[in-house]
Amino acid sequence: MTPERKLRGFFMAASKTLHSTTSVGTVVPQTARFTDPLPLRSGAMLRDYELVYETYGVLNADSSNAVLVCHALNASHHVAGVYADDPENTGWWDNMIGPGKPLDTNRFFVIGVNNLGGCHGSTGPLSLNPDTGKLWGGDFPVVTVEDWVDAQARLADHLGISRFAAVMGGSLGAMQALAWTIRYPQRLQHSIVIACAPNLSAQNIAFNEVARQAIITDPDFNDGHYQALGTAPKRGLRVARMVGHITYLSDDEMANKFGRQLKNGKLNYTFDTEFQIESYLRHQGNKFADHFDANTYLRITKVLDYFDPALETGGDLTQALQKVAAGVLVISFTTDWRFSPERSREIVHALLDNRVRVTYAEIDAPHGHDAFLLDDPRYHRLVAAYFERVHQELAS
Amino acid sequence: MIGRNGAQRPDFAAIAQSVQRGANVLDLGCGDGTLLKFLQQTRGVTGYGVEIDDSNVLACVKNGVNVIQSDLERGLSEFEDNSFDFVVLSQTLQAMRNTERIMREMLRVGRAGIVTFPNFGYWKNRLQVLRGRMPVSETLPFEWFNTPNIHLCTVADFERFCAERGIRIVARTVLTGGRPLTALPNLLGELAVYHFGG
Repeated sequence: MTPERKLRGFFMAASKTLHSTTSVGTVVPQTARFTDPLPLRSGAMLRDYELVYETYGVLNADSSNAVLVCHALNASHHVAGVYADDPENTGWWDNMIGPGKPLDTNRFFVIGVNNLGGCHGSTGPLSLNPDTGKLWGGDFPVVTVEDWVDAQARLADHLGISRFAAVMGGSLGAMQALAWTIRYPQRLQHSIVIACAPNLSAQNIAFNEVARQAIITDPDFNDGHYQALGTAPKRGLRVARMVGHITYLSDDEMANKFGRQLKNGKLNYTFDTEFQIESYLRHQGNKFADHFDANTYLRITKVLDYFDPALETGGDLTQALQKVAAGVLVISFTTDWRFSPERSREIVHALLDNRVRVTYAEIDAPHGHDAFLLDDPRYHRLVAAYFERVHQELAS
Repeated sequence: MIGRNGAQRPDFAAIAQSVQRGANVLDLGCGDGTLLKFLQQTRGVTGYGVEIDDSNVLACVKNGVNVIQSDLERGLSEFEDNSFDFVVLSQTLQAMRNTERIMREMLRVGRAGIVTFPNFGYWKNRLQVLRGRMPVSETLPFEWFNTPNIHLCTVADFERFCAERGIRIVARTVLTGGRPLTALPNLLGELAVYHFGG
């Protein structure tokens, strides 16, 4: 090895050490029980309910360093770290959250929560309906982003947090982060809104409806009461997930990853999986159908469809965002065709009209909607810099 | 934003003089946000920068400046009419493809505009052209083959441009070596700062 190469090797190793990040390690989910009835947008009421959540880092003395991380469609409260009894089960945003990571748990107290109607422990279709003593199943009410945010606010009360340093999310999680700025403008200092839209387009609702129909028309669906019958509409859920997956990737990304590659190197002229993309989608569908609840999936697609903060202001998003007091970071990805940059720009436009402290970045990433979960360095550096600012504000 | 990152630039003080205290400012092509940060600190302004480059957007966040990542050539559709007291275009005009459009957009979203650009009529530039070479200097730091500057102009050109379009020039400052001067601006001025209105 030449001295020059040696030196370069040394510097690379040194810079790796300098920027080394670690996991939050082993985490333990907790449960909070609420007995104050929660009125829902639909008019229904949840008499009592539980929320399962995880926390990372330490809440400071004046409870000012808390960051709420909101999950998207299929995720949960397990945002970072691993479980002692399941070391392979890494949190869904572990590349973003941890010691030395963009959302640094050495500085911030981070909370992940499973939303109402979920299937990871919080009250939902898999829980018992206290009025009947039976499983909620298909009777669990349809919820909305606003309902979720209300429940999250109660969790904040429970944890003694009157004001979040930031509320953050991607995709459906970003809709919650945005709803927080409208619903509880004084309870958060910053909102981080990634790969979001002010509402779903007709095309988006259409994809969701295909997913729902796949589930509802599965003979095992039984009006949502499949669990009591010991069945599950897995075929429908599988197809629903396959449709979803197509929309999370960009055309280019799919072409790069799979192209027209064949699974066994030749065409068989059958309906078995022949192309790699088919194999990939089936694998994703199967994996998902094995661990996710179809009733939850149905409800979450509805949560997406209903989100429309400008509905109450006659379609005027500027007016809908009038009360926003938080600083807002909006990030979009150029190849995200499901929640395109144009949709994020609508949010930015409305925030600018209200003279909100907004920063907008458009990351040129090839991965489509999924990019918000990946660790593109430009994206992560930006989030890290923003949280540095949040941290400095807290310190001053 | 052309070659303006980092430390204080000579046109900053001249821009700050035109901007009233507490104004709402939009800085187009804001680079790393140094100007806005300077105006925030010295004039207590609020506002946003607009920038296309990823690393500059990141630098703005680090500088505590609100920035909107956008391509100025696409216009300023994110911004409503008359939503700013001042719209600044500092040493970027000469690199814009559609010069007239951006000037109109500045006057649409702002009550007043401030534009700064290197004066191509500066005698040192003229001298280099006379010698048969494209000028390279502190304010024009590029070679002909790598310059982003596609619409260079002189002080006289710019004033004629404004006059022909009914753009009212409120104030003009011409700087050389960071110092304002009054005599023979088109010949002796290195950098021009214009404050204009509709």
